[in-house]
Amino acid sequence: MSASVHDASAAAARPAVAAGATPPTRRAEGRSRRDGWLRIVSPIALVLLWQLLSATGVLPPSKLVSPTTVVHEGWTLITTNNPSYGTLQYSLAVSAERWGIGFSIGTVAAIILAVATGLSRIAEYVVDPIVQVLRSIPLLGILPLFIVWFGIGELPKILIVLLGALFPMYVNTYAEIRGIDPKLGEAARTLGLSWWGRIRHIVLPGGLPGALSGIRLGSFASLLALVVAEQFNTNAGLGFMITQAESFLQNSIIVLVLVVYAILGLLANGIVRLIERKALAWRRDFAR
Amino acid sequence: MASRLRTVETTSAACVQGLSRKFGARTVLDDLDLEIAPGEFIAMIGRSGTGKSTLLRALAGLDSGITGTLTVPGETAVAFQEPRLVPWKRVADNLTLGLRTPDAKAVAAGALAEVGLTERAGAWPLTLSGGEAQRASLARALVRQPSLLLLDEPFSALDALTRISMHRLVLSLWERHRPAVLLVTHDVDEALALADRVLVLNEGRIAHSAAVTVPRPRDRNHPELTALRQRLLTELGVPAEEPSAPVEGDRS
Ligand SMILES: Nc1ncnc2c1ncn2[C@@H]1O[C@H](COP(=O)(O)OP(=O)(O)O)[C@@H](O)[C@H]1O
Ligand SMILES: [Mg+2]
Repeated sequence: MSASVHDASAAAARPAVAAGATPPTRRAEGRSRRDGWLRIVSPIALVLLWQLLSATGVLPPSKLVSPTTVVHEGWTLITTNNPSYGTLQYSLAVSAERWGIGFSIGTVAAIILAVATGLSRIAEYVVDPIVQVLRSIPLLGILPLFIVWFGIGELPKILIVLLGALFPMYVNTYAEIRGIDPKLGEAARTLGLSWWGRIRHIVLPGGLPGALSGIRLGSFASLLALVVAEQFNTNAGLGFMITQAESFLQNSIIVLVLVVYAILGLLANGIVRLIERKALAWRRDFAR
Repeated sequence: MASRLRTVETTSAACVQGLSRKFGARTVLDDLDLEIAPGEFIAMIGRSGTGKSTLLRALAGLDSGITGTLTVPGETAVAFQEPRLVPWKRVADNLTLGLRTPDAKAVAAGALAEVGLTERAGAWPLTLSGGEAQRASLARALVRQPSLLLLDEPFSALDALTRISMHRLVLSLWERHRPAVLLVTHDVDEALALADRVLVLNEGRIAHSAAVTVPRPRDRNHPELTALRQRLLTELGVPAEEPSAPVEGDRS
């Protein structure tokens, strides 16, 4: 995240690199695309090794079930409605809804706060210290308090997801907006841009790189928060599945849910990367 | 000099009366008067830190801490020393930013053609060379069809060759569109090559004003320019180079 803040100032410092940059750029781009494929190799190798160790009995199923068992377990839970767990897709949908609501509200709130503190000294003095204090409280420690306050329904779970998304999102976006060259805002004024025009064309796109790293960090943090929140007083969702599996000592289901979490995390990361490639094209060519 | 200023008063492109600007206890602009005629090309020179940028920012409406009277046209455009292109907007979109003409796209394309950047219209600003970025910045100022164009050392970061071609470009654009121009520079030769009138800013005021009547394009070694150069350098506090050139009078 600090890297993204750095980039913003490099971008502001400007053309020095300039004209001759095109050919090496294309090469670098090609390399990073090839890298993308190379990065899958080692995780696949790890799964194969895991399977091998399971098949040869080095890893006993009582400790860790084999990948094929996980896949099989997953398929069974998708196709049949298990009385203790429901279906996998139902649990996923329940969790996804909690996450979706909390994450979107947290993201929007973070952007509004970041724009306010990034632009106004007064808002900065009012909001930023509060957010920094709240941020330093371990999120999962707040959960019991939320349950006391809001009961065991959806609200405490959604709130915890919301905060998990909000903090990294806010911190990164705020830093990025603060890093926007004030000369750019000045130029925008001489171009006749209104206050709203400057927010729209300078502040929001200028804060976007930070917001995207914030989304990436926030999606992990909020997912983590969700997992834990769902293990208390729940009767549906992925975290609930883990709690159930734990009480039935069903190692395979626990591993299955962990794999689902991993896939969700990778998916979120991949989506943000895609957005970055599109939305930050203006600085992709800019060597680090 | 004063009478010359007075004669254009009724139809001026910009009029500054009693402009002052203090930063803390420090007075940077001190009761400054300046009048710019429509279509007039003025170059302002002065040592670093004499308040040239401060004056320009005041004229651009960017400074709220000034006192005095300031009359500037609605259509004022600025090009700064750093091109200040918005890095996340493609070159053409930088030109149309804040532009309120109905055919903004076509106007921008026309301006890019004028500065020879048609092929870079879709480029990201960070991929431009210094000269290209500065031309884009000029084009962005031009599409606003300003009657007053403020240029704050726009060429000082460019290499010598690029600077010469930028001089030509600015002159041809000025001849075609005829805005009043206030060019801030610390380069006496640049001022002499381009301007109708060269002003020296010193101690918060216009300390000297010299009309340049040599027709353009100007030969750097034209005797009138050589004499003026010497005079301006003296005004700037740089001692004369040639022993033969006498230091004309003192300035009081
Ligand atoms: N925002 C500011 N706050 C305090 N001092 C300033 C500010 N802007 C300019 N100054 C001071 O005013 C003087 C003139 O600055 P400037 O107009 O930038 O000079 P220049 O002629 O080199 O363009 C300098 O001494 C500078 O330090
Ligand atoms: Mg300056």
